[in-house]
Amino acid sequence: MGLAKRIIPCLDVDNGRVVKGVKFVDIRDAGDPVEIARRYDQQGADEITFLDITASSSNRATMVHVVEAMASEVFIPLTVGGGIRAVEDVRRMLNAGADKVAINTAAVANPDFVKAAADHFGAQCIVVAVDAKQTAPGKWEVFTHGGRRATGLDVLEWTQRMAEYGAGEILLTSMDRDGTRDGFDLPLTRAVCDAVTVPVIASGGVGTLDHLADGVLLGHADAVLAASIFHFGEFTVGQAKERMAGRGIEVRL
Amino acid sequence: MNTVAVIDYGMGNLRSVCKALEHVAPKARVQLTSNPDDLAKADRVVFPGQGAIGGCVRALDSHGLRPALLRALETKPFLGICLGLQALFDFSEEGGGTPGLAVLPGRVPLFPPAQMHDRATGLRLKVPHMGWNQVQQVRPHALWEDIPQDTRFYFVHSYYVDSGDRRQIAGVTEYGLRFTSAASINNIFAVQFHPEKSQKAGLRLLENFVNWDGKD
Repeated sequence: MGLAKRIIPCLDVDNGRVVKGVKFVDIRDAGDPVEIARRYDQQGADEITFLDITASSSNRATMVHVVEAMASEVFIPLTVGGGIRAVEDVRRMLNAGADKVAINTAAVANPDFVKAAADHFGAQCIVVAVDAKQTAPGKWEVFTHGGRRATGLDVLEWTQRMAEYGAGEILLTSMDRDGTRDGFDLPLTRAVCDAVTVPVIASGGVGTLDHLADGVLLGHADAVLAASIFHFGEFTVGQAKERMAGRGIEVRL
Repeated sequence: MNTVAVIDYGMGNLRSVCKALEHVAPKARVQLTSNPDDLAKADRVVFPGQGAIGGCVRALDSHGLRPALLRALETKPFLGICLGLQALFDFSEEGGGTPGLAVLPGRVPLFPPAQMHDRATGLRLKVPHMGWNQVQQVRPHALWEDIPQDTRFYFVHSYYVDSGDRRQIAGVTEYGLRFTSAASINNIFAVQFHPEKSQKAGLRLLENFVNWDGKD
């Protein structure tokens, strides 16, 4: 008995609409992030993450409305990532109803921003998102811009530093595995989870329900994030929880 | 009309608390306010909390809210959430040591790193304590109505309440150690978890609060 491991469905949102298609048979508007979030909530999702892939600032205002609408009817935690570059961006999302913001590129460009945001709003709402690529056996480097730009930063050193700076959680994505459906990069996940004192969300590569359980049992992840296996109605969050529980993992049923 | 004042001291996400209250009590008037007069007029008061305790107590004082808050704590159904629980106690270790409102006896220490290990796996327990954990109801209360024993609620915090009076403990949770996740006395009920983020069980607790007569 104790803290449950979390399952977090992730939605990519562009100009207020979900992209990379969500295909539930019985959903009215598969492009509406709030309707999809409501569906995942009904299935037992422990949190929801919206990743705003919008490029322009006018579309960002749309994201604020999406977050407001979600906060009015879905009563589980919401994390919003993408384009969070200044304390003002954090404030805007939290005021709209987000519980946490995920900071990625801006943390690399200006690590003190993480410190400022955590000091101001509390570590509990600051997630640092890290995109990792393997460079040698047992070595991973931080990348930005969707995995296109190398930073020279070592993932283990970087995640520890971000926790010291006030990140309340790390969202760790393997760029090598993202989209492959081959499962998490377990050595990476385990190395980071064992190295930092804050919770770690594993991401990138989930193709089966057992991959989620592996992330927890072998990767030591505190939470697991997935997109496509849930979006296409292939599996429900409830099925994922049953499989995890069947493998001895504590989940919220 | 049933008026619920939600104290706004300018520290982050209060929209969720208001929306959740409006959801469970469509006929009530939910008022987000930093005006002491509104606290005095309201039928019940919610004290939500986020951020750091030093900033919270300072912000209460800079808005001149402390006297009205203390008065509400004596007179009307009162719900504290997260920092709104912690701030009721004598002293918090946060920020190098911060005095609280000292309405309830007890301290608010940091989860001690040396004790943070999972008994089953031996793995380190992470801080903040973040996610869905169980609340054991140690005594009956109107706010627990229709909420099963050991229900999971959503937590996110690095400091925990060590209550100085066992009679004021309404719920406990295990995370490395056993801490007070709900405290109550007379017209006060306060929780460490976030009912506004705890799906059905959390909404039920808020609904119970809105219907509560404030009697222990």
